[in-house]
Amino acid sequence: MTTVAGTAPEESAPNAAGRIGALIRSTEVDLRQFGMVLALIVIWIGLGIANPTILQPVNFITFSVQASGIAVLATGMVLVIVSRNIDLSVGAVVGFIGMFYAEFMAHFLPENLGVPIGHPLVWIVALGCGVLLGIVIGAYQGFLIAYVGIPSFVVTLSGLFLFRGLIWQLSGGTTVAPNDATFNLIGGGPQGSLGGILAWGLGIVLAAAVLGILWNARRTRRKYGFPLRPMWAEVAIAVVSVGAIFAGVGVANSYHWPPGLATQYAQAHGISEANGPLQIESGIPIPLLIVMGVTIFMTFLATRRRYGRDVYAYGGNPDAAALAGINTRWTIMKTFMLMGILCAISAAIASARLNGGTLDLGTGYELYVIAAAVIGGTTFEGGVGSITGAILGALVMQSIQYGLSFLGFNSPQINMILAVVLILVVGLDAWNRRRAR
Amino acid sequence: MTEMATAPTAPATTGTPLVEMRKINVAFGGVHAVRNVTIDLFPGEVVGLVGGNGAGKSTLTKVLSGARPADSGEVLIEGQKAEISNPRDAKAYGIECIYQTLALADNLDAPANLFLGRELTTRIGNLDDDRMEDATRKVMGRLNPNFKRFTTAVRSLSGGQRQAVAIARAVYFNAKILIMDEPTAALGPAETAQVRNLVRQLKADGIGILLISHDIHDVYDLADRVSVMYHGEIVDTVNKHDVSTDDILGMIILGKKPGEVTQKEMEALELRG
Repeated sequence: MTTVAGTAPEESAPNAAGRIGALIRSTEVDLRQFGMVLALIVIWIGLGIANPTILQPVNFITFSVQASGIAVLATGMVLVIVSRNIDLSVGAVVGFIGMFYAEFMAHFLPENLGVPIGHPLVWIVALGCGVLLGIVIGAYQGFLIAYVGIPSFVVTLSGLFLFRGLIWQLSGGTTVAPNDATFNLIGGGPQGSLGGILAWGLGIVLAAAVLGILWNARRTRRKYGFPLRPMWAEVAIAVVSVGAIFAGVGVANSYHWPPGLATQYAQAHGISEANGPLQIESGIPIPLLIVMGVTIFMTFLATRRRYGRDVYAYGGNPDAAALAGINTRWTIMKTFMLMGILCAISAAIASARLNGGTLDLGTGYELYVIAAAVIGGTTFEGGVGSITGAILGALVMQSIQYGLSFLGFNSPQINMILAVVLILVVGLDAWNRRRAR
Repeated sequence: MTEMATAPTAPATTGTPLVEMRKINVAFGGVHAVRNVTIDLFPGEVVGLVGGNGAGKSTLTKVLSGARPADSGEVLIEGQKAEISNPRDAKAYGIECIYQTLALADNLDAPANLFLGRELTTRIGNLDDDRMEDATRKVMGRLNPNFKRFTTAVRSLSGGQRQAVAIARAVYFNAKILIMDEPTAALGPAETAQVRNLVRQLKADGIGILLISHDIHDVYDLADRVSVMYHGEIVDTVNKHDVSTDDILGMIILGKKPGEVTQKEMEALELRG
């Protein structure tokens, strides 16, 4: 039976619910992730009903910047958990590398190399060294796990203690500041954002990329004579994706620089505000750009490269992976090194937002990151989980957190609500799996 | 270089064997699992490897497939000494193995499993999933024309379908030497018949097959020669036509060659059988 291109297969679903299910299935969209997008929409509608002021663009921007540090780490945690491991050290490593950035810029560079803060290369050198440090930390933990054979739970628990301790050793027990101003743009803020025009440009590029990928996928499937998705489903996916991209850019751009900052900018650049205050579109914050870049890169790694295939194969059946000739130890070690790089990126975002390194930076991150991955559909049996799912998981969790705190809930109350959400989501998964069997 | 059999039931057992395993020893955890075992396998030949639980059959084949190194002894492939220290080495010599457990990653689909560890890639090294699916559709079309589920995780496939994926993996890469560990243990009658046909077909193609099974009838049906293992040692290697299934059963249970079995032992055996 072959499906002719452009014609929808005949469906004779017995009832409306079945028909809707069949419709969604024929788009080949991941139902679980579709459900999470719906949940996100429901959460924000609920928050909007409770307090309409939360639906201002500034809140979406602040919220997404707050979620970015967790989201970056969650993409790596997916691969760690998929390969039947866990990383409890990410928060401590983020704190340690965050402190390293601050020490490096505030003390090491000016005092030892005579390079003052503000030198144009400072930010990239600091970031590069941080990433290197992340790789070394990941290699150390990954080696103990993959080659020495110590369980990852133990190694990374030890890592949690070790790096929390090293933060104090490195800083002498104090907050270290300031960072380089260019480096701080990594944390977002009005200046640390892609302005309005660039944001639209990026939106167009992303939309074109999505359409290109969809078109190319259909073309190769037709070339090989595989069953094709019905045309209407292709169009629906294209419209929704492109619509979501432009809606996102639109929201980001509808937030303008605060008047004081805009006036300063106008005076500095000799722009007259005689015709009313200067309106500068904020555009997309840099941390959000980083999350998008990391998501695309990690999805590519997980689904289009041998490394990703090896990780998932190992997670599904470690023996089968080894018998297939996969170098499973090196695969595991690489996963922890990748996690180290992501810690360095997340640390840059966090420390840039604070303009320095604090002793408690990253505290508790590991738990939010694991929760985001699990809410996103990653299972502890191994082999199952997706990068985009984890991003959605991070968004769901941060939406609840940000929204409820906006509504005046205190953080112990929010924690209890998150506890319920976590159990509900994973319980629903377990129920679904049992039913499917 | 290989003497192809003219009749599929009587392959040549002279000349250079495809595989020779000489004086193989494997010990682990205080157990001498394989003791001084020597066996050979010729092109187009099926050698049945039988024995009770813990006789050392699986351990011996793991040496050949690279899953476990031997403590001593050597392996010759087409007369040349072979260094097999991991599964990748074995595959490079054209040795493929179908494990009893099938060794499938349940969370991945059929094409991903078929190409596990040796994926097809595009010029820039990306996974070429479409080309892999295409190749899988072709090879599965030969092995199991009813197979349609190319994009679902193999977890949700039936036992026979999973077996077909495992076999396709060995067949696709043009194995010269095929190890089949209990290939029909988990299958229904129709699927078992399919596997038997496949064995005959591969044999006719000149592939040497090492068939491990505890189903005497399976082995007697398909094998040209039978090697019997008992407590880690080879009792004897016999031509199928020289012995009866009862003789083989005697070797498996008592660990003695047919001539060495006493009348009393034979009677005890018949009582058991």
